[in-house]
Amino acid sequence: MSPQAPPPLEIHDLTVAYHKKPVLYGIDLVVPSGQLVGIVGPNGAGKSTLIKAILGLTPPSSGWVRIFGKPYRSNAKRVGYVPQRESVDWDFPVNVMDVVLMGRYGHLGWLKRPGKGDREVAEACLEKVQMLPYARRQISNLSGGQQQRVFLARALAQESDLYLLDEPFAGVDVATESAIVTILGQLRARGKTLMVVHHDLTTARNYFDMLLLLNMRMVDFGPTDEVFTYDKLQATYGGRLTILSQVANSRSQKEENVPLGR
Amino acid sequence: MNMIPPFDVVTFITAPWAEAWESSLWIVVMGFLVNAACGLVGSFLVLRRMALVGDAISHSVLPGIAVAFLLSTSRSSGLMVVGAVGAGLFAVWLIEFIHRNTRVKPDAALGVTFTTLFSIGVILIALYADQVDLDLECVLYGEIGFVYFADSFALLGMEVPIPVLRMAVTLFGLLILVLLFYKEALVTSFDPVLATSVGISARWMHYGLMLSLSVVIVFSFESVGAILVIAMLILPSVTGSLLSDRLAHILMMSGAFSALYALAGLHLATWLNCSPAGAMVVAGFLIFCLAWIFSPRRGLLAQIRKGRGSFTPDVSGKLNPGLGIKN
Repeated sequence: MSPQAPPPLEIHDLTVAYHKKPVLYGIDLVVPSGQLVGIVGPNGAGKSTLIKAILGLTPPSSGWVRIFGKPYRSNAKRVGYVPQRESVDWDFPVNVMDVVLMGRYGHLGWLKRPGKGDREVAEACLEKVQMLPYARRQISNLSGGQQQRVFLARALAQESDLYLLDEPFAGVDVATESAIVTILGQLRARGKTLMVVHHDLTTARNYFDMLLLLNMRMVDFGPTDEVFTYDKLQATYGGRLTILSQVANSRSQKEENVPLGR
Repeated sequence: MNMIPPFDVVTFITAPWAEAWESSLWIVVMGFLVNAACGLVGSFLVLRRMALVGDAISHSVLPGIAVAFLLSTSRSSGLMVVGAVGAGLFAVWLIEFIHRNTRVKPDAALGVTFTTLFSIGVILIALYADQVDLDLECVLYGEIGFVYFADSFALLGMEVPIPVLRMAVTLFGLLILVLLFYKEALVTSFDPVLATSVGISARWMHYGLMLSLSVVIVFSFESVGAILVIAMLILPSVTGSLLSDRLAHILMMSGAFSALYALAGLHLATWLNCSPAGAMVVAGFLIFCLAWIFSPRRGLLAQIRKGRGSFTPDVSGKLNPGLGIKN
């Protein structure tokens, strides 16, 4: 990355409120290019709200978000998005291919239909997540892990530079989890920037280059090794000591092992 | 006393066409046009779990129609359409407003809104009964049976009743809209967050759908009454969804079902000597039941054959008649 290139994501003094009740206060951060960033915090910390605010879906009460130096709308095509799996109706009458093609819509503009080129991109993306054999399958006939892979393929089809993923590892099988980790690693290797909402502290440390600790306010943001400390996690999670002791255990275990996935 | 007239297959099939066949023809054509237009716009409502919003709008247009009558004292003025569409959109706005500013859930907000607006309409009509040429019976059942006797318009050597012509134009316009905005309607229905994030505003598509819905309801309502409209917003696409997994196929099937409902309804109505609009709904339900039983993959018979039992209650917590309002 050349020094003058604008960062993939810059957030300044962002405050977001629902029904006049603030959910996020004064978030300030600059995410450097080519990083795999984990967003970690307790339930209700505003992790999904942060993603929606970055996508321009939740208007901020104050502050601003820049994507590659511009407001979201000007750079929408450079952002890919993976929503929480439960956020859509999986009985919807579409097949796997239809869903992945939706990733191309942002490149098409109004009134245009996806063409042959878009289908080829979609097929290549399905191949990457090992779901090409399921292209014609109705989406209700998929397992949770397969649904998540379809969503990932759709995001890949967006061919973006900044990816926002909301709990991609929630409720998926082990094979899918490791497949997703591999793909995230490949994307990072190609210089993409990824922000991943994650709830499992035991794996957070191994998966991510940087961590954003969030609990309505930004507790800390920085390289995982500097941020993933007992004190900072306690500041994020408050008195939820069961989680913390689990983490402390996993931390001591992991220290003896070689980190995975790198 | 035997309430049900004797059934005879030959009479059942021939009766509507033996005498007054032209009237029968226009009832079927009008029924098809209304069913198809309602079915097309209704498919997207059902997908968005907003099936009852059509119900709400079709009741809420009543005060709009009543006020427009009072102002214009004529039945087929443009003002009436504007009044009715305005009342429909006002209902949509009021539901969202109540939901957003109180703790009332969307379905309850819908219940509050449309019953109130409908009642206001009923009161207005009762108060100004001498000035409003509109009775509640006609609002509920419409007058599809009399469509042939409406003013007509010479077209291709045929006398086409004006309501039929108007409905045909409405359906055609709606078809064009669906063809043009299919991709946008699909993605905003399936995943409004992704849609908005790639620049296809789910909010504007929602308002566009509500506007189309109001227009279709108002034009249909005027000639066929509320019951047929409410039923046809839901029945064709729900029946289609029992038979197919692809939205495009469901939309096409709902067109075919629309014709079937209209024809079957006419025969049923002639046999029972009842309102064709009501009979079309009953015919629609019977066809829904047939699809339910015989659907090749998800029908009752298919499930029994697979040995999975015939009834599996949905306990996935998805039984939420929401309004597509997502936080």
